[in-house]
Order: sequence, then structure tokens, then C-alpha cells
Amino acid sequence: MYQLLKQIAKTGIVSEPAPLPDAALRQLEQRLGQVILKHFGRALAIRHVDAGSCNGCELEIHGVNNPYYNIEGLGIKFVASPRHADMLLVTGPVSKNMEEALRRTFAATPEPKLVVAIGDCGCTGGIFGEGYASRGRVANVIPVDVAVPGCPPSPLDIIQGILTAVSGLRSSQASR
Amino acid sequence: MPLKELPIEAAPLAGAMPAFYASIPAGELRGLCEQARARKARLVALWGSDETQRRAGYALHLALAFPSGLLWVSVPLSRDDPRYPGIADIYPAANRMQRATADLLGIIPSADADRRKWLRHGAWPEGAFPLRKTVESSARFAQGPDRYPFVPVEGEGVHEIPVGPVHAGTIEPGHFRFSIVGEKILRLEERLGYTHKGIEKRFEQMTLEEGAKLAGRVSGDSTVAYAWAYAMAVEGATGTEPPPRALALRGILLELERIANHLGDLGYLGNDVALSFGFFQFWRLKEDLLRTHAQLFGHRYLMDAIVPGGVAKDLPRVAGESLTAHLERIEREVVTLKSIYDEHAGAQDRFIMTGQVTPALAERMGLTGLAGRASGIARDLRVDYAIPPYQQLDPRAASHTRGDVAARVAVRFDEVFESMRLVQALVQQLPPGDIRAPVAVAAAGARGLGWIEGWRGEVLIALETAAANRIHRLHPHDPSWQNWPLLEHAVHGNIVPDFPLINKSFNLSYSGVDL
Repeated sequence: MYQLLKQIAKTGIVSEPAPLPDAALRQLEQRLGQVILKHFGRALAIRHVDAGSCNGCELEIHGVNNPYYNIEGLGIKFVASPRHADMLLVTGPVSKNMEEALRRTFAATPEPKLVVAIGDCGCTGGIFGEGYASRGRVANVIPVDVAVPGCPPSPLDIIQGILTAVSGLRSSQASR
Repeated sequence: MPLKELPIEAAPLAGAMPAFYASIPAGELRGLCEQARARKARLVALWGSDETQRRAGYALHLALAFPSGLLWVSVPLSRDDPRYPGIADIYPAANRMQRATADLLGIIPSADADRRKWLRHGAWPEGAFPLRKTVESSARFAQGPDRYPFVPVEGEGVHEIPVGPVHAGTIEPGHFRFSIVGEKILRLEERLGYTHKGIEKRFEQMTLEEGAKLAGRVSGDSTVAYAWAYAMAVEGATGTEPPPRALALRGILLELERIANHLGDLGYLGNDVALSFGFFQFWRLKEDLLRTHAQLFGHRYLMDAIVPGGVAKDLPRVAGESLTAHLERIEREVVTLKSIYDEHAGAQDRFIMTGQVTPALAERMGLTGLAGRASGIARDLRVDYAIPPYQQLDPRAASHTRGDVAARVAVRFDEVFESMRLVQALVQQLPPGDIRAPVAVAAAGARGLGWIEGWRGEVLIALETAAANRIHRLHPHDPSWQNWPLLEHAVHGNIVPDFPLINKSFNLSYSGVDL
């Protein structure tokens, strides 16, 4: 126990500041009112859905929980059920075998809700594209508010995408 | 020439790993497999191909690992009735591979085999075979119904818990059907294939050069292992010799990938026994390493760092020294964390005797990779076929025999330390010279094999070229094919709340097997 406490004390707090929102990532005009966004901004619950990814983006989504990025410190946490979620964080290309599960997860998420597509594949279909087993980008299956490119996007990029979705910035107000 | 271990004529295959190629009639398939099994050869992969545009029918392919090397066996099958005698009773791991091959190509094992669909779900209709050459890459199928006959378990008090495909945590999608009594697991049946996105078809639309990027995204956490296996296959098929410096750099990249993944898993294994301290500590160290990767190699996960012919980026002397210094810092902290894990009664209580796979079961079912090394299967390609750059390093394979979560934790700790030693040795002995050789043009119909011990286990790429430097058929094979069925066994008699821990201790790939 002594060693464990010593290690915690030695490590200290390593968390770094969060990035600012970036309106350029926005896909849809903000659908939610400022009042709602204000509440989301304080305590946002996210459900992650892997709709066919290679698992690269998942590694970085894990990363946002590490002590450097400490996303829970911003009041944002990942939840186990879409019924508890305000936002879906979707990676993919959406495989045809996951299409229905993604639609159902979207339907199970209570309104008002946000969708952030993660990674080149989520944004455009990426290297896998569309095919007999792939529906391509997430927006081909459910409406997407914000899309974060990258292969995979870094934890900072992901947090920036999440914060953009709840910031209420419109794309016309491009990054001030 | 005859293979050393079997009375079969096999031609040596050019490439970095010792490998042979043989073609046999379907009637000899079972006899060959029985003899191979008796000589303790492992089934590494099974896949199919469409040869109808080459004035033939279809073909079934197997990769079998013998002490003298890898044997690639092709079995030509007729165009009108592509059937073969199944081998899942000889090699249990073949079951799902046979079913996937049937879904994609209509190559069907004999009637007594398990003929349930595996990858198809509802994405294409029964009777359509998307990997056949007659199916254009632009072909689309209507979504059909998806019924799947899970094996029912009946009895007083038995009930089912269906889990997935969308899981409670940030993990890949799959379906787990638990049959339980009280809290105890009687049976687990996995259903995978949810991330099937048509990777093998995609390869066939690509040139050898373009395919490298896709190979690095078959399973994102093993991008280095796949990229190296792909490069090795292309180099074998084209007769390209990567420079020694490139091989040493590839070794560094592969060991860094192993360290990063093991650190992440050790963190999550702590987290899953409510020791969140472990998660935060190990993921801090992993993040430190990822940032070093980005700084030295231009990508946090080292994607696209290995290319056919060599590597994309050199490691200058100063950068090598900073990498070594950095690893030494991480190593010191891992030593501390290991002693904390070892002495943490709560964690050890959850780890020990949980999710056990005995060496006998592991041997029978063909468990491989790091999970195999936790269950007495002391196999490691870096040791068994020590080719450059591993030849002069005398790598040691981790070996534990208890086969429980604790053993899989111990293997990871052992391998983190060994990989750190290997990286440091490789950095010190980095040969001078070029980092990339020009890739020669491949003749149509050339074969190449890539076979690499990734962090999870052996990754195989089997390649056959088409004209104009394109891909006729490429099968990427993840060790998770072999290990997923053992997870079903490992959970027997355990309680449902220990499933996430047991699952994480294997940490198998979904995308790598769904393709």
C-alpha cells in the first residue's frame, strides 16, 4: 500500500488543458438550443459505437480517458447504454452487418442527442470505402453533427470534436 | 524436394521466412492433415480462392507450421462442385475458417461439418459469394433477414444473457450468448463477423503498392505486424531484398508496438479488477510511448512506417539514443508497477485461477500467441525461426503454464521487459546503409508469404499476384481466429462478472477476423 501511495504522490497531476472547439468540423447546423447545450457542456454522457472500425480509433478513444487528457475532468463520461447517453461517438466505415445495430442504438438514444463521427472512415468511408459489405461513412446511415478526420484522430482531435458538438458554434462562425 | 517432416513434394517459396508450397488433390487433404497433426504441426490459416479466370475451378488453401518452416498447401477444386472433406475434427480451429470460406466463395466442406454461416449475417443472400471474381467490386446486395441457430442450453434455472454487438465499453462489436445458472457460466457461444467490411475484396482492387496501407488497417492495434507481414509477402513474391538497416528498424517498430499494447492491456486488467490506479499509471506510460512514436516515426501507432522494400523513416543516432533513454525511464516505472500488482491481494485474488485454459486443452485446440505462451505453448516466431533482425539477439519466449488471467498478465510483463531489451540492442547495433530498396515488378501468379509474431500472436499474409503488379488473392490471417474459440472454454464455471476480465486478458481482435 505504501508503494502504491508513493507512486500516486510521485506521479502528481499530469492532466493537460483541453482544446478549443473548431467550427470547421461541424457537418450540420446546430440543432439544439443554447440552453440544452449549456447543460450538455457540464455533464455530457457519451455512448461509443464501433460500427465497423479497424480498432485504431478505439485506441485513441481509450486514450481520452488517460490522465493526460482526463476527459472526465471536463464533466464528460462514457456510459454503458445508449439510453443513458446524450451523444453517440461512432467509428467505422459502417459495415452492413452493423448497420441495423447502429440504427437501433441511435433510436435508443433519447432526444435531444448529438452524433460525432470519428476518423477518416467515419467521415468518408476511408480506405475501406463502400462495397458489398460496407456502407461507407457514418452519415450514410444516421445524421452526423460533427465529423473528426484522422487515421486515427488523436485524443485531442476527438475531444475537440466532442466540444465542438456541444459548443453551439455554427459553421458560419468559423473558428474565431 | 520433399518436406523434412512429411513425405510430400514441396517447392521452397522465396522470402524471408522458411516456407514451402505444395498442391495436392482433395482426396489427400485429410491424410495430410492427420500426418501433420501427428507431427505436431499447427494449422496457421485456411482460406479459399477463385481460379475460374485462370481456366481452373476454385482452390482451398492451408498454411501449416512445421519446425522446418511454413507449408502452404493448395487443393484445387472443381468449378461446378467445389467441395472438400472438412478438417475441423483434426484441427478444431478450422471450423470458423471453413464457414467463412463457404460464405465468401461457396467452397463447401463435406456434409458432416458445421455448415452454419459465419461472416454473412444478412449482408448478402445465401447463394451469393462476394469474393468470387464474377462479383464486381461495384456489386451491392439487398439486406436480408439474419437468423442464426445458437446452440440452446436447457435445464432447471438455466437462462440466457445476450450481449452485443454493441458492448458496454469502448470495444469492437461482437455478440456473446451466455447460458448461465445463477451467476455461473455454463456455456458461452460467440458470434462474430459484425465488422466484416470486405477487406479481401478490396485488396483485389489494389496494386501491391496500394495494398500496404490497407494491410496496416486490418487490425489497427497490430498495424506494424500486418505491415511487416505484407511487406514480407510482397518482397517474397517480387524477389526484393530489404536492406539490413530496414530490417533492424522493423524489429524496433514491432517491439515498440508490443510494448505499447501490453502497457495498455496491463492498465485495463488493473481497471477490470477495480484497481483503477493501474489503468491511470499504465495509460500514462503508454501515452508517453505513443508521443515518442509520433515524435520519432511520425505516427502514434506507427502506421505506414513499414513499406514494401524497407521502412518509410530512418532513426538517426540521436533519436535512437533518446528512444533508449525513454524506454529506460518507462522500464523503471513498470518494475515498480509490477511489484504493486504482484503484492496487491485484491488484484491477485481476481487474477489467479480465473479464466483458465489448461496446456492440454490449449494444445488440442491450437491456442496461439501470447495466450498460448500463458498455457504452456512455448511458441514464438521470433525464437522458432530467428531470421534477421532477431537472429543475433537471442530473443527469449515468455512461458507460463497455469493458463489463467494471472499467467496472461505475467506473459505481458515478461514480454514488455524482453521487448525493451530487444529495442535497446537493435538501436545499439543498427547497421548503416539504406532504409528502402526498390520493389521489383512481380510476375503474375507469384506467391509470397509474410509471417510475423505480432503482440497478439502470429500474423500471416498469403499473397498471390495478378498481372500488372496487382493482387489476385490476399488472405490476411489474425491469431484471434485460433484463440476466440478458447475464450468460450476459458469462461466455463466462472461467474459472469469475471467475463470482462477474462476477455480482456485475451484481448482478441474482431476486425482482424471479421475482415
